[in-house]
Amino acid sequence: MSVFPPAALQTQNLVLGYQRTTIIDQLNTEIPHGQVTAIIGPNGCGKSTLLAGLAKLHPAKQGQILLDGRDIARLSPREMAQSLALLPQDGVAPDGMTVADLVRFGRHPHTGLLRQWSKDDQQAVVEAIATADLSSMADRPLTTLSGGQRQRAWIAMALAQATPLLLLDEPTAALDLGHQIEVFELIRQLASEGKTVVMVVHDLASACRYADHLIAMRTGTIIAAGAPKTIVTPELIHQLYGVHCRLIPDPVSGTPIIVGVQRSIEKLEE
Amino acid sequence: MATTFLSRRMLIGVLAALGLLAIVVLLSLGVGSDNTIGFAQVLAVLQGAGDDQSRMTVLDLRVPRTIIGCFVGVALGAAGALLQSAARNPLAEPGLLGVSAGSATAVVISIALGASLDNLQVWIAIVGALLGCSVALGVARMSGLGDDPIRLVLAGAALSSMLAAVSSVILLTDQRTADEVRFWTIGAIAGRNLSSIQPAIPVLLLGLAVALLLARPLAALALGEKVASGLGQRPKLVRTGVMISVALLVGSATAMAGPIGFVGLVVPIAARAIVGPDIRRALIVAVLLGPSFVLLADVLSRIVARPTETPLGVISALIGAPILVLIVRSQRLPAL
Repeated sequence: MSVFPPAALQTQNLVLGYQRTTIIDQLNTEIPHGQVTAIIGPNGCGKSTLLAGLAKLHPAKQGQILLDGRDIARLSPREMAQSLALLPQDGVAPDGMTVADLVRFGRHPHTGLLRQWSKDDQQAVVEAIATADLSSMADRPLTTLSGGQRQRAWIAMALAQATPLLLLDEPTAALDLGHQIEVFELIRQLASEGKTVVMVVHDLASACRYADHLIAMRTGTIIAAGAPKTIVTPELIHQLYGVHCRLIPDPVSGTPIIVGVQRSIEKLEE
Repeated sequence: MATTFLSRRMLIGVLAALGLLAIVVLLSLGVGSDNTIGFAQVLAVLQGAGDDQSRMTVLDLRVPRTIIGCFVGVALGAAGALLQSAARNPLAEPGLLGVSAGSATAVVISIALGASLDNLQVWIAIVGALLGCSVALGVARMSGLGDDPIRLVLAGAALSSMLAAVSSVILLTDQRTADEVRFWTIGAIAGRNLSSIQPAIPVLLLGLAVALLLARPLAALALGEKVASGLGQRPKLVRTGVMISVALLVGSATAMAGPIGFVGLVVPIAARAIVGPDIRRALIVAVLLGPSFVLLADVLSRIVARPTETPLGVISALIGAPILVLIVRSQRLPAL
C-alpha cells in the first residue's frame, strides 16, 4: 500500500487525436486528489483535448487513463458521468430554460427508465443550486441572468452530478473581471469541500492564484507540472508563449503575477 | 421551484390538446362533402341505429379515415418533433427534408415494378424514408450547412424535387402505376380501409416507442454535443436512433396516406409554443396535437371545394406553407 493516496486521475503514455493527427503525444501526468489543477498553455496546445480525453469524450489512441486506479476504457459513458462531471465550452441552453431545468440535467447519469426521479435527486438539485448561490433565481430563465450567474448555473448542473471530480473547460471565458472572480471563488469553495477540480484556464495570474497544481502544456506535451510558485518562472513563460516578462508576487496572495510582457528581452534584465 | 417535469404548463398543454382532439374527431365524423349526413345521423349510427346510407358513410368511410388520420398525425407530429430537435433546426420537417418524398418515391418504384397499393409492403416505404432521412441529415452535416437552418431546407427541397421528378417520370411512362397512385401521391386519408393500413400500425407504434425512449437523451443533446456526452449520453447512437425512429414513423404514415407535408413542421412548433422547447414535453404534446392537425386539414378538404374533395396534402400545404414563410421571415429563428 502506498502512503500517498493514488491520484484522482492518472494518464500513462496517453496519445489522443483525430483520425491521423496526434494532438496529445505520450503524456504522463497525475491529477492530485482534492485540489484545483489548472491546465495552461498556448492556443492549440491540446489543453481542451486533454480535458475531453480525461472525461472519455475522445477514446485514447494509445496508453490509458486511470480514474481512481480503474482504466476508463472499461467504463461506460454513464459510469464515467457518475464519477466525473465535465463542463465543456459548447453548452447552449434552449430558449426559456430555467436554472432549475438546467441543473436537473445533472441527475441524468443517476436516473433513467428503471430509476425514476427521486427525493435524493431533488435534494441534489436543490443543494447544487444553493452551492452556486442561485437559490433565489432557481425558476428564472437563464437568458435573464448575468454572464457570471449563467456560468454558475452550468457549474451547478455539473455539481448536481454529485461526482468527486469536476472538469471545467475555460469556465471564465467571456466573463468580465467581477464575474470571473465569482466563478473562481466558487471553484475554491468546491475544492475546500473536497472536490477535485481540473480546469483549463487562459489567464495565467488567475491560474496561479486559484490553482494548487499547474500543468503547463505546449504542442501536446507537458513541459512543467507542480505548484504555481515553484514552476512558474520567466523561462517557463517564454517556453510556453514565446514572450519575455518579469514575475512579481501578488501582494495579497503571494502568487506570481506576470508583468512587462513583451516579445523582446530588452529592459527586462535586472 | 417546480419539482417535477409534470409542470402546470405541461398539464394545461396535454388537456388542451386532448380537448381539441375530441372536438376535431367529432367534426371528422360529422362533416361530409355534402350535407346529407350530419351529427344527428352520426349519433344514431353510433348508437346502432340509422339508415343504410348513413351506416355505410359513417362506419365504412368516416370512422376509418378518422382513425387513419389519428395514426398519421401521431406519426408525423412525433417525427417532426424528433427531427427538429436532433437537427437543432425548427424547419427540419420530414416533408421539407425529403423524408416523405423518399418514402413515396420508393413506393412508386415498387408499384411500377409490379406491387399494388392495396398490399403495399410497409417496409418499402420505410426504406425510402430512411434513405431520404440519411441524405437530408448527411447534407445538413456537411461543413457550412449545419449552421444555417434555411440551407438545410434548401437541400431538402432539392432532394424532394429530384425524387418528385423520378416519380413523375415513372407515372408518365407507366399508366397502370399512375392510375393506382394518382391520389395517393398527393396525400389523402380518404378511401382507404382499415385492413389495408393494418400492417403499418405495429411499425408506427414501434417508431413511437423508440421516439419516446429517445426523448430524454435528445433533451440532453439540446444542451450541446459535449455536454450530453459529459452527462453520459452517446450522441451518435442517439442520432442513429432518431433516423430509425423517423424512418419508421414517416414510412408507416406514408404507407397509410401518402406523403403529407407540413404536419411535422407546424405541429412541433405549436407544441413548443405551449410547453416550451424541452423535447420530453414537446414530443408528448406533438403526438397529441398531430391528429388534430391532420383531421382538421381533412375536414377542410371535404368542405373547401364542395361537393368535390380536395386532397389532404393540398390542404396541409395551404395551411403549412404560409406558416413556413412566417417562420423564415421572423427576425430570429428560435434556438433549439
